Amino acid sequence: MIKKMNHPAWFIVPYWTLFFVFVVVPVLAAVFLSFTYFNAIQAPKFIGITNYIELITMDTVFMQYVLSNTLKFALIVGPFGYLLSFLLAWMLAQIPSKARTVLAIILYSPSLTMGVAMASMWRIIFSDDSQGYLNSILLNWGLILEPIQFLQSPQYLMTIMIVVSLWSSMGVGFLAMLAGVLNIDQTLYEAAYMDGIRNRAQEIFYITIPSMRPQMLFGAVMAVVTTFQAGGIGVALSGSNPTPQYAGQLIVNHIEDFGFIRYMMGYAATVSVVLLLMVYFISKITWRILGERE
Amino acid sequence: MAKSRGSFQGTKINPTSFHRSQIPFFAFLIPFSLLMLLPILFIVNHAFKPQSELFAYPPKFFVRTPTFDNFLELSRIVSASGVPFSRYFVNSLLVTAIGVTLAIFITAFSAYALSKLKFRGKKFLFELNTLALMFVPIAVQIPRYLIIAKSGLIDSYAAHILPVIVMPVAMFLIKQFIDQTPNELIESAKIDGASEMQIFFKIIMPIIAPAIATVGILAFQAIWNDTTTSVLYINDESKRTLAFYMMSLTSAQGNTVAGQGMAAAAGLLMFIPNLLLFIILQSKVMNTMAHSGIK
Repeated sequence: MIKKMNHPAWFIVPYWTLFFVFVVVPVLAAVFLSFTYFNAIQAPKFIGITNYIELITMDTVFMQYVLSNTLKFALIVGPFGYLLSFLLAWMLAQIPSKARTVLAIILYSPSLTMGVAMASMWRIIFSDDSQGYLNSILLNWGLILEPIQFLQSPQYLMTIMIVVSLWSSMGVGFLAMLAGVLNIDQTLYEAAYMDGIRNRAQEIFYITIPSMRPQMLFGAVMAVVTTFQAGGIGVALSGSNPTPQYAGQLIVNHIEDFGFIRYMMGYAATVSVVLLLMVYFISKITWRILGERE
Repeated sequence: MAKSRGSFQGTKINPTSFHRSQIPFFAFLIPFSLLMLLPILFIVNHAFKPQSELFAYPPKFFVRTPTFDNFLELSRIVSASGVPFSRYFVNSLLVTAIGVTLAIFITAFSAYALSKLKFRGKKFLFELNTLALMFVPIAVQIPRYLIIAKSGLIDSYAAHILPVIVMPVAMFLIKQFIDQTPNELIESAKIDGASEMQIFFKIIMPIIAPAIATVGILAFQAIWNDTTTSVLYINDESKRTLAFYMMSLTSAQGNTVAGQGMAAAAGLLMFIPNLLLFIILQSKVMNTMAHSGIK
């Protein structure tokens, strides 16, 4: 039978059927549902752009907290995680391979941990009584007099979410960039030094980055996507959705709040569409910035 | 000129031996890596702490007298919950094994077609996949749930597998990798009368082994660690996976001091397979990532 399998369909159909069912249809369904009132029991009722109008004019939680939290979180974790990945990849490329492999495994290992399991560890470290490790250290050093309620107080929760996300931001994009730096043709550097490049900074900007632009681009898209995907962390840390005073509420949590807690699925779909568009446009902007040639 | 030659040697990428000029990099990378390692060291130490050390005040980072108590307690609690531990474990093993195998085949098939076969709409499909690199599954949980529910997949093993194995990133990586293989190999096999499917198994599969290993790891992580399918698509407790059980356990027990050691033990058990697999296959992963660029 294998001898007769020549048609491209044998190769195309399995992946693309699933792609269609679990990527294309859900996106189209989200767009459709976003124009309806749907409570998961009765059939969806078409209500035009009412959901979108409500999102902009009436959903004060979304406008006041969720949107600004998400942007703040994304604009810090995305670019910093990305720069850190590049910098670490570049540094690792400058040391011999045995040491590099060990350090690369250590740096990548946080993204191998299971988010939820790790969240319970963070809860112990940032625990709000004197049993909490961080509180205990700070009390011991005399930096604070009272234990701080790290995970329940709005001013700390977001910072902790950012630190935790940065910790696990050396993922697939980091590996791609590391491979990218290592694969740059050595003779390019030799030629550049002949042509008068003098230091490492020039080397990075004139040779390294242009030579590994494809990997940089891949890394950037991965950074944007994982940043938005990581959104659930606030709920896992504080143990409640909504998070205390909405301090750690991101779009992803807002979708869960309306979709699975309040069963306002039409409205949740509207928020989903906004999220997909946001990821798309942010990726495109990054693409523009990094992708332009010369 | 002599000076710049010297500085070139110092900045050499992928050096073969240690050189004095690498000291600044080590000076940054080693402390930084240790800092990154702290949370993982914490989970390891915590998992082996006896009750007395878990309750100790002030809390200590390192374990003094390591025990397996937390792991024993974990297995005791699981057995007491009605569904035996082995059940969750077998579910996870089964779902992960089938899922990883399927993921590898469907993505490699599609990648081969997009790279080497000729058919209409090929370019469009690749563009669509590149667009899907930006896809955030968490955004469409609700429509996905509705699709699973409507197709009667609730409480089936397929619900654990099918939504998770569509991985645009994996497809992208293998496609870029196959692009590097020379067409002559395929052409000469065709002259010998081999079908496309034979070519795929006999010629392409061995060449793209590193990319397959990479996709295997990515799929393993995605499926082994996944809790959403158990939460959303499965109501039958005996069909849920280990990741789900560990999650409900850590969120229920993690809040009490006594349960913390157990939560750490559970987290460690989930983490170890991922880490081992990555360590074993890391050179293959790096080989694949070299071709990961978006052009």
